[in-house]
Amino acid sequence: MTNEGVVVDQTHQDQSKADQLKAARQARYSPGQSAHQFSLYLYPLVALALLLLVNLLLDPQFFSLQWQDGRLYGPLIDIVNRSAPVALLAIGMSLVIATGGIDLSVGAVMAICGAVCANLLVLGDWSIPAVIGLAVLTGLACGLVNGFMVSYLGIQPIVATLVLMVAGRGVAQLLNQGQIVTFQNPDFAALGSGSFLALPVPVWLVLLALLMMQLLLRRTALGLFIEAVGCNAKASRYLGIDDRGIKLTVYLLAGGCAALAGIIATADIQGSDANNAGLWLELDAILAVVIGGAALTGGRFSLPRAVIGVLIIQALSTTIVVSGLPSKFNLLIKALVILLVLMLQSELFRNQLKTLFSFGKLRGGKA
Amino acid sequence: MKIKSIVAGLGLYFICHSSFATTVGFAQVGSESGWRTSFSESVKAEAKKRGIKLKFSDAQQKQENQIKAVRSFIAQGVDAIIIAPVVETGWTPVLKEAKRARIPVVIVDRNVQVQDESLFVTRIASDFVEEGRKAATWLMSQPQAQQQCNIIELQGTVGATAAIERAKGFNQVLAQHPQAKIVRSQTAEFTRAKGKEVMESLLKAEQGGKGICALWAHNDEMALGAIQAIKEAGLKPGKELLVVSVDAVPDYFKAMADGDANATVELNPHLGGPAFDVIEAYLKGKKDTAKLIRTTGDLFLQDTAAAEYEKRRLN
Repeated sequence: MTNEGVVVDQTHQDQSKADQLKAARQARYSPGQSAHQFSLYLYPLVALALLLLVNLLLDPQFFSLQWQDGRLYGPLIDIVNRSAPVALLAIGMSLVIATGGIDLSVGAVMAICGAVCANLLVLGDWSIPAVIGLAVLTGLACGLVNGFMVSYLGIQPIVATLVLMVAGRGVAQLLNQGQIVTFQNPDFAALGSGSFLALPVPVWLVLLALLMMQLLLRRTALGLFIEAVGCNAKASRYLGIDDRGIKLTVYLLAGGCAALAGIIATADIQGSDANNAGLWLELDAILAVVIGGAALTGGRFSLPRAVIGVLIIQALSTTIVVSGLPSKFNLLIKALVILLVLMLQSELFRNQLKTLFSFGKLRGGKA
Repeated sequence: MKIKSIVAGLGLYFICHSSFATTVGFAQVGSESGWRTSFSESVKAEAKKRGIKLKFSDAQQKQENQIKAVRSFIAQGVDAIIIAPVVETGWTPVLKEAKRARIPVVIVDRNVQVQDESLFVTRIASDFVEEGRKAATWLMSQPQAQQQCNIIELQGTVGATAAIERAKGFNQVLAQHPQAKIVRSQTAEFTRAKGKEVMESLLKAEQGGKGICALWAHNDEMALGAIQAIKEAGLKPGKELLVVSVDAVPDYFKAMADGDANATVELNPHLGGPAFDVIEAYLKGKKDTAKLIRTTGDLFLQDTAAAEYEKRRLN
């Protein structure tokens, strides 16, 4: 409020109104932005850079890129390419987690959609767009089941999606009749191992999905609504946000993303392996979202940071393979590095680290 | 009086009838791989051939389902039980129940760890060490392997018996050939997707695969994935880089027929025959069967691959 001594009532009111508006503008939530945004991006990127550096030490050729068969070829491209399925899952998972939910079924949905693709390609003369369309529809249907159970039946997300996580793999096995269904279709295989404008097709699919989602979420109110529902579903409903509809939407989107991931995975090995396609990838996706700084309690998300999280996980896997250490250490190394990355992200831990160092300095100074 | 004797006669008839046809309960792991499916099919076909009534249970890779299945077999009073265990431990209580009910149990494929070996009649299993040896012996007989030969190894799931023993057998043979050496070894978890991903990275770490003479994969699925990675790296699998693995799944025969792969050792899926042999002998009174019966498959090469593919694909 202005503190000028003598003013006419009228102008005073005007002034205060304008100030209120200004204060409200400043206090208005700007989606995806935050005060310490720099550090939110800094630590994941530092972790990624460190991992790549370790790779460079292990293999001097690590950053080398060659031009081969009309595309860039090299370990860095591999990391980006191999990240694609989990990146797609993480994009969907970010939204689900932002509403305070979780989707454990995405790995199984990948397997189902992969099985749908492989069987359609083996059975008859389906055109590639039709196969992709049907697979995506299958993914959306799975998302619909999850979303319906969570939002309209009020089942806990972890339980509701656990149903499809277990049953989905069974459905995929039924579709494949217990076999690994392989197909010979170079056009469809190109979706997994082909290249377009120097980059592998899966990378383009991820970029496209990321761009579309980012536009959909941040250029419309949808992203804000999702975060609002994640913060407090009841309050959002009183504000007139259709919280059930929002929840249904995020599970639908997650299902669609999982379908795309399933298509890539299936096209990559030119076959659908119902037992192993997408196995445990839901956990990698959740991990990536967490590395990206999202809270599992919901209320905030960032798609680019989730994708950085995926790149960290994949770079780590590559590091482990290239390191030449015995395989039995793989999971231990992975766990330790992830723990380190997560701790670096925690402001509390960083402050504790700082006090520890300043304490050391203090003692050093006295001595 | 008449009615009573008719009823008694009928009852006797039914009891006798059911005891004439041997009933065997088979607790299978699940249908997680093509090999597992052909194993199940082989047991079913063998039972039909011998006129044995087979009660089949698919445990979907869960031990608790298997234990339930075995208990229900005991309750139904089957003549014998075949178990293909999911895991090695935790079998003692249910095996004791079977023993108390005087039902002989035959373990097939994977092992079980029990203190008291009298809890089961015998165990019939593939000799994984021998499979590894066969693969290595073939590889070492190739002209490419006579000079310096660097090998990339794709291991199975860490800790799996098949992975440990196949590596052991392969390394036993390799130890006699100083010119050959495993330069890279990493797990690809027995799956095609991982085989491709890991091979991609390993090839790049080895200067694009120059100077690598062979790929040794612990199963065909990983080898099939790796073959795609080798091709994408601009090398010719089967020629510039020999490919040898174990399992003999139909798709691998196709790869061999196309010249992309060189050799595979069959993981024998026909464990049903020997299992029923043991059971029939046991029911006739032969109780002193050896506690372990080993079976091994043959080595398959490119020359028979096309014919074998046609044969196996139809099954």
